[in-house]
Amino acid sequence: MTQSPQTVTPVSPGSESRPRRPGRLRAALRRIATPSLLIGVGLVVLTSLFGIIGPFFVADPLAISSGGMQPPSAEHWLGTTQTGQDVVAQLAWATRGSLTVGLIVATLALLLSAFFGVLGGYLGGWVDELFSLFTNVVLILPGLPLMIVIGSYVEQRGLLLISLILAITSWAAAARVLRSQTLSIRNRDYVQAARVAGEKPHRIISVEILPNLLPVMSSGFVFALITAILGEAGLSFIGLGVYGTQTWGSMLFYAQNAQALTLGGWWWFVPPGAMIALLGCGLSLINFSIDGIINPRLRTAPKAARNLRKAEQAADERSSRPDDGSSDRRSTSSKEAVA
Amino acid sequence: MTTLTVSGLHKTYTLRNGLRFTKLRAVQDVDLELSAGRTVALVGQSGSGKSTIAKILAQLERPTSGAITLGGAPIGTRGRALARYRDHVQMVFQDPFASLNPFHSIGHHLERPLLLHGKATRTDVRTKVCELLERVNLTPAESFIDRRPHELSGGQRQRVAIARALAPEPSVLIADEPVSMLDVSVRLGVLNLLARLQREENLAMLYITHDLATARHFSDEILVMYRGEVVERGAADEVILRPRAEFTRQLLVAAPEPSSNPRFLAEAQRRGVPMPDHLALAEDSP
Amino acid sequence: MSTPVTGSVPPDHHPARDRDPRSESGSSVARGQISHPQLHPGLEDERTTGSPVLEEAVLSVRDLNIVYEVGDGVHAVKDASFTLRRGEILGLAGESGCGKTTLAYGLNQLHRPPARIIDGSVVFHDRDDGRDVDVLALEGPQLRTFRWSKVAMVFQGAMNSLNPVLNVRTQLEDVLTTHRPQLSREDRRRRCGELLELVGVERSRISAFPHELSGGMRQRVMIAMALALDPQLMIMDEPTTALDVVVQREILQEVLRLRQELGFAVVFITHDLPLLLEISDRIAVMKAGRIVELDTAENLYFEPTSSYTRRLLGSFPSLTGETGDFVRAGFGEADPPAGGDDAGRTASPDQEEAG
Repeated sequence: MTQSPQTVTPVSPGSESRPRRPGRLRAALRRIATPSLLIGVGLVVLTSLFGIIGPFFVADPLAISSGGMQPPSAEHWLGTTQTGQDVVAQLAWATRGSLTVGLIVATLALLLSAFFGVLGGYLGGWVDELFSLFTNVVLILPGLPLMIVIGSYVEQRGLLLISLILAITSWAAAARVLRSQTLSIRNRDYVQAARVAGEKPHRIISVEILPNLLPVMSSGFVFALITAILGEAGLSFIGLGVYGTQTWGSMLFYAQNAQALTLGGWWWFVPPGAMIALLGCGLSLINFSIDGIINPRLRTAPKAARNLRKAEQAADERSSRPDDGSSDRRSTSSKEAVA
Repeated sequence: MTTLTVSGLHKTYTLRNGLRFTKLRAVQDVDLELSAGRTVALVGQSGSGKSTIAKILAQLERPTSGAITLGGAPIGTRGRALARYRDHVQMVFQDPFASLNPFHSIGHHLERPLLLHGKATRTDVRTKVCELLERVNLTPAESFIDRRPHELSGGQRQRVAIARALAPEPSVLIADEPVSMLDVSVRLGVLNLLARLQREENLAMLYITHDLATARHFSDEILVMYRGEVVERGAADEVILRPRAEFTRQLLVAAPEPSSNPRFLAEAQRRGVPMPDHLALAEDSP
Repeated sequence: MSTPVTGSVPPDHHPARDRDPRSESGSSVARGQISHPQLHPGLEDERTTGSPVLEEAVLSVRDLNIVYEVGDGVHAVKDASFTLRRGEILGLAGESGCGKTTLAYGLNQLHRPPARIIDGSVVFHDRDDGRDVDVLALEGPQLRTFRWSKVAMVFQGAMNSLNPVLNVRTQLEDVLTTHRPQLSREDRRRRCGELLELVGVERSRISAFPHELSGGMRQRVMIAMALALDPQLMIMDEPTTALDVVVQREILQEVLRLRQELGFAVVFITHDLPLLLEISDRIAVMKAGRIVELDTAENLYFEPTSSYTRRLLGSFPSLTGETGDFVRAGFGEADPPAGGDDAGRTASPDQEEAG
């Protein structure tokens, strides 16, 4: 009963041979683009641009001056810290730092999850058993305490080390998703057909399976990016962050140390907090849109319901029938159809 | 003459249910011979083991026991020997909506086997792909190359799948319910295409189906499977018109067949007309 | 299709009914003379024992139009009109995407957005109180009552829509508690047992869970649920497509027998035209949303008027006819004209009649 809407969708006959690619790309973009995706991409692009370009235009973020704890002014757009450092400059560098950590962690997590999830799922047998066991063990490792333990044990906490710690604790969930997806794709006929055609395993994984995992992987990547940035902020906030690199978390850490909150220095701690919130919001919106692309039902359902509502209103106006029960009818009909 | 022979084939699946292991005998003691220019139909209900045989012959599964020989020699199961086997034995899958990768173009699906089996080089692969498409009546071929599977109808997709199976120029073709997922009005078209290609290439063909009627018209020999075993085998007409096994009879009686239904026979008498030949009628219609 | 899990066990054989075909010997020769292996008489016999079709109508459909509001809109059902008589089996034949399922769902407002009925009427003539019901105007609780008690539905793959964690009794009783709250506990129990026996399932299986039943048994239970409130019309959407032919025949016999006993009308949807010919009183052939031909099974078989019907009839080679009839040079080898079977739906020879 679920396939009826799809079955009537006409397949383009297209017997003419015309160059299709550019048009198709644009059509695909138009199909995918939703307000939430556009807002999400906008937020992420703005934040990234600030992190990439910002540091070239600001003063030295560590330069100390005499005017400490100054509120926003023409000279210092977001005021100064207790030691008279420019908050805008610090924010630009912190954005760059946080994004760098996030990207490194998300990339590492993606590689790890793809390795353990996809390879295990495709090979099956004892390799899969072993990989799943390992994934499950990592999955139940408590993330933050582990980070604290490792972070406090290591003296020189470089960018790479912190990224590695964050990556190790954040890839497992994505690996499980990828594994289950791979298990399902592995048994599809087109993978079997590729085997019959004589494709080698590495090509089957990379050419036949991976492209079909792209939506899931990109969703996982975005999610890893969010968790990494939040995780790093958390670590830095408790003073176990990257040594010598400015991040949003470290800004909050110093602001907290200097008692900016009690002194009313909102310009010091609000900007990094807001940046975290905005980026997280943007990335989440992107993630929801990816979900919609993976699962077209999510995408079309609200639109279809809206169309129906409009159409019914129009119909009701035409027949000037009282509109009392239309919403009720809609909800019951969909409920019963599901039942 | 290449002949694929199967003797004493068994396939047992071990299912684990908690700590208990149960054995499922999917295929039991099946003998089979596929020789050039002949079609053998494997008929049975779902779960009778016929698709398992297809998978074993395509080397997607390993038999529990039994011997398979190709041209008299035992078949290779790994490495280069397996690649050589795949040169000779190819398979068409049941569901054309699942057997083509939604991510790749039609061209990709045909290029890969051509290149893998050395039937084309990078330079002439596009022409070869077009030739393949034309052989399965997908014309103009150029217009199909860059399309993706979802832009094609079920019948067209199955033609692409057949073209892919033909790309390595095999001598044995396994067709696993090649039309059961297609719309009824295109089924005969695809079967006729397979029949023509078989004649042209002198292929040995294994036609797996649950439909007795097409099995009869389309093949030389029919094997009826029930619960993993072959319960009846013989020339196509013999099996259909003079079934010996009770199960074959059950199948025959259960298949809808208006032309031998008393209601329609009586109606023909009442009208004083012979039973209509719908194939001819359909052919004559514009 | 055999899958590793189902292995060598045909899932649709009930142990009690299942006999090893090899252990039985028989000597009958050609089809017609084959002794019927079923417990019930053949469909042929059922069909000839007198049709229970009355002249009185149970459902009248006039100019029904259903549109899918996606993109530019897809007109899935165009001007469908027919009258279904009490006790009649109407076959709805057509290929995927022809709108047959949409039409059937529209008959009791089961279509879901983005599908929408833009025009037409569906009138149900109630046997119980003799009133005419405008189905499309029903809303809320009225519609819900109407759906199960007057018009029941058996879905495609319905046997997989039983709740796996509840046993058969709970699910059957649930229907009765919802729609017949006045029934006492014992009455409910008794009715459930009766229903199961009605569809040929042993009463003792009532406490079984769905996974303990074969596919055919599950489909029988679904039919029992549909019959629970004694509907006057049963809409069956490809109820046997997922079943093997032998089980399919058993189920069909059951439906024919129940129709004889209970007198409900049936709208039977499938793409299998030979099957429809055997069980239906009348058959509607649908193509591209339009009913291109609607006639008695006999007329359709002997004198099909639409070329599309002829093509469908010609798509099923005869089991017992001459061999060689079917592999004919050229016939049907290419997909229908202009780029395949989808185009065949919209741009085939009988486009003029399909519109």
